[in-house]
Amino acid sequence: MSDPMRIRAQAAGDKVTVRVLMSHEMETGQRKDAAGKVIPAWFIQEVTATHNGKTVLTADWGPSIAKNPFLQFVVKGGKVGDKVAVTWTDNKGGKRTDEATVS
Amino acid sequence: MQTRREMLARSATVAGLLAGAGFLPLSAMAAWPQAAFDSKNMADAVKALGGGAPVESKDVSVSGPDIAENGAVVPVGCATTLPGVKRLLLLVEKNPSVLAAVFNVTDAVEANLNTRVKMGQSSNVFAVAMMNDGKVFFAAKEIKVTLGGCGG
Amino acid sequence: MVKPSLIGLAALALCAGAQAQKSTADGIAEYRKMLEDGNPAELYEAKGEALWKQKRGPKNASLEQCDLGQGPGVVKGVFVTLPRYFADTQKVQDLESRLVSCMAMLQGFDAAEVAKTPFGRGEMANVTALATWIASVSRGMRFNLPQSHPAERQSYEVGKRAFFFRAGSHDFSCATCHAEDGKRIRLQDLPNLTKNPGDGIGFAAWPAYRVSNGQMWGMQLRLNDCFRQQRFPYPGFGSEVTIALATYMGVNAKGAESIAPSIKR
Repeated sequence: MSDPMRIRAQAAGDKVTVRVLMSHEMETGQRKDAAGKVIPAWFIQEVTATHNGKTVLTADWGPSIAKNPFLQFVVKGGKVGDKVAVTWTDNKGGKRTDEATVS
Repeated sequence: MQTRREMLARSATVAGLLAGAGFLPLSAMAAWPQAAFDSKNMADAVKALGGGAPVESKDVSVSGPDIAENGAVVPVGCATTLPGVKRLLLLVEKNPSVLAAVFNVTDAVEANLNTRVKMGQSSNVFAVAMMNDGKVFFAAKEIKVTLGGCGG
Repeated sequence: MVKPSLIGLAALALCAGAQAQKSTADGIAEYRKMLEDGNPAELYEAKGEALWKQKRGPKNASLEQCDLGQGPGVVKGVFVTLPRYFADTQKVQDLESRLVSCMAMLQGFDAAEVAKTPFGRGEMANVTALATWIASVSRGMRFNLPQSHPAERQSYEVGKRAFFFRAGSHDFSCATCHAEDGKRIRLQDLPNLTKNPGDGIGFAAWPAYRVSNGQMWGMQLRLNDCFRQQRFPYPGFGSEVTIALATYMGVNAKGAESIAPSIKR
């Protein structure tokens, strides 16, 4: 059970700046543990963002994205009270969706 | 500051990288672009995604610090003011996994994304804008890393 | 905001001649500023806040009655007044060891077991998350540790002695690195901890999220790692020497603004 994302969505004019902090190891698969064994790759591959249920952004990520990933984007034509949801899926089939209300 | 020769050389490099079979059909775009992310160098990574010859453009920007205290977390952004952008890519030239992110931009968001990448060493970071009409533009920024952030 | 005071950095030649419009120090400051928004410590804050309110442990109770020095359940302002003396345990305690006391007293956890758990694992990870949240609630407030109880004053004096005590294979002490102005290791400033090093510096910056290992570090782990770097044996979690050192640094930092939890390299 993964930890929740922190999503902040702030309206200014008719634009909504969304900042997301995701909790994820983003393990590259390049590292070895103390015993010399490769630590398997484990990273977010796909991110989807919706605004009031409509998909506004999708992304494909690789292991070069930093641990506990940060993402910032700007939704056009949003306002206070709208819903923003972010979903991530990782290479092991892990998945998580969190939602925030625009303030 | 680049000389014209350097700029052309860089364009040629990125052109070679992006030369490919053209855009992927919509259905294929839903799958994670394995080949692109598996690539061992920037050339192969972008080739797998298709696109025309990339041209360095002031209308595309890659943002980030000049120097990162630790390569484990480097804030970078990719943006373009050009209308009709389909995708924005972020690449770290010297990383084992060169392609960091592919953003599929819709009209509902600004073509301006910010995220954080890991950098194994000082390297060029590229922002690539793939347009609806097939044109490809890019911008580059060198980010120095004082301590590599990929392992251990 | 930390503004590094780096002298003679030209020798490091990190920026090629023609491009050095911005000094390396400015570059690092800019990098740090870029990371302030969206500090992964927020993930731990959220976790800590949830743990405070959640009924857990053999007694199935929350921590909402925990007394961190200003009465049961009072969280705002406690971070900048710790370590301090607690009558019920009859000793000076820092935030993390006090949280373990509360987890034992209120929730029925085994304090010794928690103290033995490695950082980042099991209940110790929960202690770190709780400490991160509690620190965040006092962000912006200024340190004002009490020194009214004799045990608190003694803790300060013991901390001072420990700070200057040279030991280990390299004959290091905390003072070796932290008793002078203007010192640094590579690109990190070494604050002078024998006095108030300034807002958000030194004691006022921990707990902190360390990007280099992607870990959340409380002061107990920070001190543990200092001991490791000095080639000292590891201190026990919540041991008297770690609390005394925290008292010493905290009292010296009187008036400094807390920026915890912060983000570090």
